[in-house]
Amino acid sequence: MNNHIVSAFNVELKDVASRVVEMGGLAEALSRDAVHALITNDVETARKVIEADKRLDAMQADLENLCISIIARRQPVASDLREVIAAMRVSNDLERVGDLAKNVAKRALAIETSLKAMELGVGVEHMSELALNQLKDTLDAYTTGDERTLKAVQLRDKEVDALYTSIFRQLLTYMMEDPRNISMCAHLLFCAKNIERIGDHATNIAENIYYMFTGNHLPVERPKTDELDVGRQNVPTE
Amino acid sequence: MMKSNLAAVENASTSEMGTVSDISSVVSPIKMQGKDVNVFYGAKQALFDVNLDIRKNQVTALIGPSGCGKSTFLRCLNRMNDTIDICRVQGDILLDGEDVYNPQIDVVELRARVGMVFQKPNPFPKSIFENVAYGPRIHGLARNRSELEEIVAKSLQRAGLFEEVKDRLDEPGTGLSGGQQQRLCIARAIAVSPEVILMDEPCSALDPIATARVEELIDELRRKYTIVIVTHSMQQAARVSQRTAFFHLGQLVEEGNTDDIFTNPKDQRTLDYITGRFG
Repeated sequence: MNNHIVSAFNVELKDVASRVVEMGGLAEALSRDAVHALITNDVETARKVIEADKRLDAMQADLENLCISIIARRQPVASDLREVIAAMRVSNDLERVGDLAKNVAKRALAIETSLKAMELGVGVEHMSELALNQLKDTLDAYTTGDERTLKAVQLRDKEVDALYTSIFRQLLTYMMEDPRNISMCAHLLFCAKNIERIGDHATNIAENIYYMFTGNHLPVERPKTDELDVGRQNVPTE
Repeated sequence: MMKSNLAAVENASTSEMGTVSDISSVVSPIKMQGKDVNVFYGAKQALFDVNLDIRKNQVTALIGPSGCGKSTFLRCLNRMNDTIDICRVQGDILLDGEDVYNPQIDVVELRARVGMVFQKPNPFPKSIFENVAYGPRIHGLARNRSELEEIVAKSLQRAGLFEEVKDRLDEPGTGLSGGQQQRLCIARAIAVSPEVILMDEPCSALDPIATARVEELIDELRRKYTIVIVTHSMQQAARVSQRTAFFHLGQLVEEGNTDDIFTNPKDQRTLDYITGRFG
């Protein structure tokens, strides 16, 4: 695709793509490290995540400036335009992923216990695995352009949502059992929500990448469940 | 209760979205039509089986590399190709369903209905007033001097030039700036109340400010007229037109809503051309 008559334009578009990939790599690493820090109560790693998020923010700002400058100077159209717009959107999502990872890391510092031996830890770890794989598959598809992967990511988001809902139930139970659990459980609840949100961002990114490659949108209607469904059976529906 | 309300809101928003996308695909009636148009210059074929609809009150942009046939097609629409001896046109060009190549058609009258503005502003070497008054006079559109003056003033107003020239209508049209001259030519074209205005690269000899004025004017004129514009500037096509047709090597490769052509063209050749890649 990179055979513009103006070769400097090629160079710039390549630069955009490689920066997105770089940001993706960092966001993914931060998320993994944050989850690891949470589960194992690894203070050192948590601090590193908090620190590294600044770099992600700076990368996002740089990439946005580059995209704005390309739009201003080259007026990209069609696939080029979609590439630039997708890069801006994806980098926004990745920056948010970094923020969420940072927040998990901060709470890991606050919790001060290892979840390794706890049943809850297993649930959170499992959900994180799923959410982070969503992110990884999406970022791989940015390079390969595999549309099937992107569609699959969009559909699989509901599995992350379902796991989150079950963790939510579990945490409610713990808090009801013993009020001394509330502080830790509240932090964990936010962590779980953050990780679930990382999965949502992965889905957003997948949708934007799909648009970038095809020029078409994935269907917007996707099954959505969240913790508000918990106990809904008790609420009269009419 | 709440759930059903929410569902109603969601349904409403989806149907609204449906309407939004419908708006972009609303089709206005067909004003002109090219059917299986083939054009030859002597033995050389310049257009191959072109089928293109020109829609009423819309701006249709014809784009493509030099020599692709876009100007040739434009010149078929009011039989300007008649002036070239070796040029032969096959197929149908319809104006409101009527074939403009029908021998019964009065070519002069046709060119009043389908007016033209050229690349280089070409005012007559006469006064500003006479430039605009010439057409209405030979077509007998004014019964007396005051009617003629009214037509001239109105045409200059529609062309966005009146305020700039109203105090010097007797001065030669050739004394105006390039952008003003082009707007004078547009005023001259609309003075005979055409239905369609053909523009062949109307801004290529103008500076960016004059270009912006003409583009603004094109957008205004579309309310009253149907416009077909040939342009080398893709950005201009994207800015001023509702429909875009891409020509390549004498063929119509792709035509559609301008928004679609510039965000998601269907044909690889269109994509290569509009993004500035090797074709």
